[in-house]
Amino acid sequence: MELQGEGLACNRGGREVFRDLSFKVPAGEALIVTGRNGAGKSSLLRMIAGLVRVAAGRLSLNGGTADAPIAEQVHYLGHQDAMKPSLTVLENLQFWAKFLGSYNDVGRALELLDLAPLANLPAAYLSAGQRRRLSIARIVAVSRPVWLLDEPTSTLDAPSQARLSELMRTHVTGGGIIVAAAHGPIGLERARELKLGAA
Amino acid sequence: MKSLAAILIRDVRLAVRVGGGSLMGALFFLIVITMTPFAVGPDLALLARIGPAILWLGALLASLLALDRLFATDYDDGSLDLLMMGEMPLELTVAAKALAHWLTTGLPLVIIAPLLGLMLNVDMHAVGWLTLTLAAGTPALTFIGLVGAALSVALRRGGLLLAVLILPLTIPVLIFGVAAANAAITGPTPFGPAFTILCALTLASLVLGPIAAAAALRHGLE
Repeated sequence: MELQGEGLACNRGGREVFRDLSFKVPAGEALIVTGRNGAGKSSLLRMIAGLVRVAAGRLSLNGGTADAPIAEQVHYLGHQDAMKPSLTVLENLQFWAKFLGSYNDVGRALELLDLAPLANLPAAYLSAGQRRRLSIARIVAVSRPVWLLDEPTSTLDAPSQARLSELMRTHVTGGGIIVAAAHGPIGLERARELKLGAA
Repeated sequence: MKSLAAILIRDVRLAVRVGGGSLMGALFFLIVITMTPFAVGPDLALLARIGPAILWLGALLASLLALDRLFATDYDDGSLDLLMMGEMPLELTVAAKALAHWLTTGLPLVIIAPLLGLMLNVDMHAVGWLTLTLAAGTPALTFIGLVGAALSVALRRGGLLLAVLILPLTIPVLIFGVAAANAAITGPTPFGPAFTILCALTLASLVLGPIAAAAALRHGLE
């Protein structure tokens, strides 16, 4: 499997964010997207997730499930956590696991992110870091080959960051692909780097 | 199917929990109908004659009330992004959300309608028919409103725009809903034709509403 972008361009609100952007990430590798604020890191991730229109160029996932759009084979972890305050942690996670497809072990995902003791607490009472961990539990609970992570380590404490890098390493060594936008190191050795706004 | 059931259950749960506001529409409906006799005066014959129209108007406005939150809450917390990335076609996802919305806001209106009909001096026997027209027509209001909700999703306070967009489209439903109810109560026109057209409007909106709403959501991407 290989995620490939060729000559991508992105326009938002009439402003050109980037153009002529090409990259290639084979299975088992990670791509760290860096660049200044507004360079288009988030836009690029949202574009791969099918949430922003591809203004020019071509985006392809070679060797993925044929016929399925890329959006259905990627996980998107954005700035917003997509969790409902009035539902409990477990209900939130179960909903996304059922909706996004293959229903893996929700309980195990909660354990992995140290959220099991909070399972029956309404999500409204979670701290920012705990909400972040719940979002990460979502992408662990449902298996999809490509993870798109937008500044995944923000709001996480040191042990949680370590846990996240462990999960990312497991995903990559299992033949997955990670594209992450970050300002600092996110605990992945052997990652390619794509610098936006350099030209 | 499993993911559609998941959306349905989630949205119904959200609506009935604290802050869901599912009974807001029913309360509004109750207030409008309760105030009408005070405004119109104690003329029972007049009340009976305008009863169906008042009930239908009340139901129409009440079903608009919560509509602007249909996609806005999911947009605000990022859920909408993920809903668009599901394996289900967006049309079906959107239809499941609309169905949940009708179950929590439209169905309560239908359930309290018989009681409110009596307050407007609608004949005991006719109340059943009147309720039937509401049961058949309110899904159309929700599914037409769905399009407006999708179009105004990214706007703050999109409620007014939504009403302006949607109300003209609901006029046929209102006309045939009231016509069918009047036919059942006072005659002389038969109940059948108007009611059949009302059902046709509902069926058409069940199909077209989700398609248009999904297109609006996709187009709204930037």
